[in-house]
Amino acid sequence: MFKIAKYVVYDILRSKVLIAYTVFLLGISLSLFSLEEDASKSIVSLMSVVMIIVPLVSIVFSTTYFYNAYEFIELLVAQPLSRTTILLGKFTGVAFSMLTAFFIGVGVPVLIYSPNATGFVLLQSGIGLSLVFISLAFFSSVATRDKAKGIGLSLMLWFFFSVIYDAIILGVLFAFSDYPLEKAVIALASLNPIDLGRIMILMKLDISALMGFTGAVYKKFFGTGFGFFYTTGIMLLWIVVPQLVSLRIFRKKNL
Amino acid sequence: MIRTENLEKSFGKLHVLKGVSTSFEAGQVVSVIGPNGSGKTTLIKCILGMVVADKGSIFFDGKNIGRDFQYRNNIGYMPQIGRYPANMKIGQLFSMMKDLRKAVTNTDNELIKEYALEAMFDKPMHTLSGGTTQKVSAALAFLFNPKVLILDEPTAGLDPLASEILKAKILKAKEEGRLVIITSHIMSEVEEMADKILYLFEGSINFYKTVSELKTETGEERLGKAIAKIMKERMHV
Repeated sequence: MFKIAKYVVYDILRSKVLIAYTVFLLGISLSLFSLEEDASKSIVSLMSVVMIIVPLVSIVFSTTYFYNAYEFIELLVAQPLSRTTILLGKFTGVAFSMLTAFFIGVGVPVLIYSPNATGFVLLQSGIGLSLVFISLAFFSSVATRDKAKGIGLSLMLWFFFSVIYDAIILGVLFAFSDYPLEKAVIALASLNPIDLGRIMILMKLDISALMGFTGAVYKKFFGTGFGFFYTTGIMLLWIVVPQLVSLRIFRKKNL
Repeated sequence: MIRTENLEKSFGKLHVLKGVSTSFEAGQVVSVIGPNGSGKTTLIKCILGMVVADKGSIFFDGKNIGRDFQYRNNIGYMPQIGRYPANMKIGQLFSMMKDLRKAVTNTDNELIKEYALEAMFDKPMHTLSGGTTQKVSAALAFLFNPKVLILDEPTAGLDPLASEILKAKILKAKEEGRLVIITSHIMSEVEEMADKILYLFEGSINFYKTVSELKTETGEERLGKAIAKIMKERMHV
């Protein structure tokens, strides 16, 4: 598995897309930190960028990579290697490359300018989101045969989690505003990995008061130790479940 | 050595294999022939585990291959159209395969030498011509001294000299007691190498006979004519 991952990393490091992504993240982080005196304000701005860019690039890059490396998979499948090893090796390789880019682009600036709990939570949710969306990318690449369909499905997943899902929550809140909805909102929001990442950071920033009543509810739930395990657990589920589904499909896939 | 039982495979509505039961023995060159789309490549890919059959089973040395993958240690495969990671150089490809197979010692580098591939080790795969890619595929298939060689239209795209080298290599493998499964459309070539012929037609085995059997049955001297005669007879029935 790690051998395959090694060759995947070699292959990805040669592509300019990953370098561009790293430089882009680094540029944004450095400029945001140098624009603001107060590092925690920069963290909030950086968070907005991370919540949109990281999932988008992770899912699109991984899907494209999967299709572009189709020959490589064909070659490996005829070798004495199990399909599980092949897919997990691919995943490890892609994940390692994406996380390295994220670490250089966001991790290093955060560790320099804001090495505190908030900074760490930002990194943690960025890493979590990268893995979640790579996992979703593998799912859509394995589930479809056609490159265009695969990338389409990936973009739809991203759009769903970053835009449509929030709109649905708002709609629910609006439609049932006469009822006590705190628990339902927590449940709904925590099912979306992007929202989850955002909540994790906002809790650490102590600006939940600005969010009014919802913020207070969030604080009460997510601010506790149990809340931390809960959010981490949901993130892990979002990484593991799509990957397990992909493995199931990939084991029976015709190449 | 390899036995298939009632293999069935459909791609959507297309029923490609309709209950293929056959067996391949060591020390033979078996040629799988048949019109385009008759299921030759699908049969081969089923044996390799690249395509998962809907029904039926495949046995390698008496063991059902099911979800096993170790049996592929004994198979060298040369695809019809070799597709390799585009950025990788030839040399890197070979060293990667050795690394993945954990068998750096005792490799068969004969074809690498005869095709003078070593001189091109620095060339990236995507710059290679179709013929050179085929040479790389052939060298890879033979690299690990496998007991079974599966070659999908091996000489298509190779120049005459390269084809001759490959044919000699195939015959040598047979002498060494290995099993070679070849698909081909070139009858003269089949005649040169094959001991047995498996004729697939629309996903079923039409006949599976030795070359001499075919010749005596039809009374034809040349294999191409013999097969054509059989096909015509079957059509009339």
